[in-house]
Amino acid sequence: MKVVVCIKQVPDTKGGVKFNPDGTLDRAAMMTIMNPDDKAGLEAALRLKDQYGAEVTVLTMGLPKAEDVLREAMAMGADKGVLVTDRVLGGADTWATSQTLAGALRNMEYDLIITGRQAIDGDTAQVGPQISEHLDIPVISYAQNLKIEGDSVIVERQFDDRYHVLKAKMPCLITALAELNEPRYMTPGGIFDACKAEITVWGRADLKDVDDSNLGLKGSPTQIAKASDKVRKGAGEKVNLDPTESVDYIVGKLKEKHVI
Amino acid sequence: MDFTLRKEHEMARALFKEFAEKEVKPLAQEVDETEVFPRGTVEKMAKNGFLGIPVPKEYGGQGCDPLTYVMCVEELSKVCGTTGVIVSAHTSLCCDPIMTFGTEEQKQKYLVPLAKGEKLGAFGLTEPGAGTDAQGQQTKAVLDGNEYVINGSKIFITNGKEADVYVIFAVTGMIEKRGRMMKEISAFIVEKGMPGFSFGTKEKKMGIRGSSTYELIFTDCRVPQENMLGKPGQGFKIAMHTLDGGRIGIAAQALGIAEGALDRTIAYTKERKQFGKSIAAQQNTQFQLADMATKVQAAQLLVYKAAMAKANQKEYGFEAAQAKLYAAETAMEVTTKAVQLHGGYGYTREYDVERMMRDAKITEIYEGTSEVQKMVISAALLK
Repeated sequence: MKVVVCIKQVPDTKGGVKFNPDGTLDRAAMMTIMNPDDKAGLEAALRLKDQYGAEVTVLTMGLPKAEDVLREAMAMGADKGVLVTDRVLGGADTWATSQTLAGALRNMEYDLIITGRQAIDGDTAQVGPQISEHLDIPVISYAQNLKIEGDSVIVERQFDDRYHVLKAKMPCLITALAELNEPRYMTPGGIFDACKAEITVWGRADLKDVDDSNLGLKGSPTQIAKASDKVRKGAGEKVNLDPTESVDYIVGKLKEKHVI
Repeated sequence: MDFTLRKEHEMARALFKEFAEKEVKPLAQEVDETEVFPRGTVEKMAKNGFLGIPVPKEYGGQGCDPLTYVMCVEELSKVCGTTGVIVSAHTSLCCDPIMTFGTEEQKQKYLVPLAKGEKLGAFGLTEPGAGTDAQGQQTKAVLDGNEYVINGSKIFITNGKEADVYVIFAVTGMIEKRGRMMKEISAFIVEKGMPGFSFGTKEKKMGIRGSSTYELIFTDCRVPQENMLGKPGQGFKIAMHTLDGGRIGIAAQALGIAEGALDRTIAYTKERKQFGKSIAAQQNTQFQLADMATKVQAAQLLVYKAAMAKANQKEYGFEAAQAKLYAAETAMEVTTKAVQLHGGYGYTREYDVERMMRDAKITEIYEGTSEVQKMVISAALLK
């Protein structure tokens, strides 16, 4: 069984967010972490490795320093890492990103592709399902639990106040929620091995069956009009009242602001 | 000379830091208050490979270098001195001598489960009358058939009752050396549960209160002959070699405690306001912090240098003694200043620096007092 996990290096929000003049994120200037939903997806794949001996490959697209997130995944137990990096791929929106990853995945063998539900820097939740469309395979999104049964995967898909149990024949794609599991730590020995391991690096030329018009900033239908750091909230108001008075006070304030 | 860390060391530090913050820090105060050994944390560390960091992979370890191990003890000790010494005693004082002096059979039988963290290790050299003077040993081992019969006791043993495997030392005879009769000391691997091996009282300590410090009692304890570590009479050499390595571990513990106290003091002095401004705005605070940080940095360089000397298989006894002496004294000084800068709050158990000051003191005492380190350093200078 072969599993490919798509992972993304995202800004560590603890370190602050910086933007390029064109409104895209200045990724080179920020502290980074592995996207939390992707990490849960990786953990799910590693459990398949523990249970069934699955081979786990991690795939990412990004700047050359995105190699770090692949090494982190390998230090957790992933077998191989593939980095897709090329200047012409920069500034990609979800469409161009999913086209790029699909172009890379066409070169790879897989029974199961796992992506995170969404990345904390974009919060679109589009890339995973888009990849499945490009590759013409089924997708089950928002997985909060998964198990393998023969050549199928059975997934609990989170849905508002309930979950759906869905079954799909492999190959298929699953998008994982951070709630899926508690990701394992790297191991010290895993780190040493991962730092010695060779990472496969692909550029534009290595992508299969993708048109230039679908790549990079030029291939991105989404154009960012304006981006800004989160707006700082005021200090707020703190009042100490008993519960009955508090309710009256809050209702009064809501009326004053014409909320109710 | 380049002082930047290699990628694997940076990643390892990030790992240890994350683990320490998430798994160890939330329990540190409770471990100190209740004096209960943090068994759950030890199991988590075992699962993540922290109990066999410098042991080769073929013996169940992680195959990393001594610097990685040092960073692990350092990061753990930043938040909990107890957890730091559990790893240090297990790795430096039990895994290391078996790795260095053990036979292949001993390594397979004992080192593999120790390095995997399935078993916990300890080391028994100190006796009521034999602390710094290791020659004052009274515990005896007599060969009877194909077993050694051990009688005596060991005190202040870290991981005491919680360990499964113990490297202990006993007198196996008398030998003549330079015209004087000297005790012949040998080392043994003893397992918990061997007949005649029991535990005495638990020490009530000033600091590192969650570590299990016990007296080990041997009453006609029968140990198979093949459990002798090294050759007969090699015990003193094994003990001294082991303590050289152990000192790097304790130096890392001291370094971590000092760093933890400095971090908390920087944060506290920025928050604490007196006379209308933060106490960090007072020049006295600034100068104190500058001194603390400079000593911590110097201690770190000495500790890492000693670890690298061990990694490069050079003689490291001198470096280890300097690292331990300086890091331990720094830990004591920095934690004392940290308490002072916290004022009255620092004297209460609500603040970590109170615990850190108590934890720091032992680093000047165990695995060779500061005075012993000075003896080692000066002996090397004057030889």
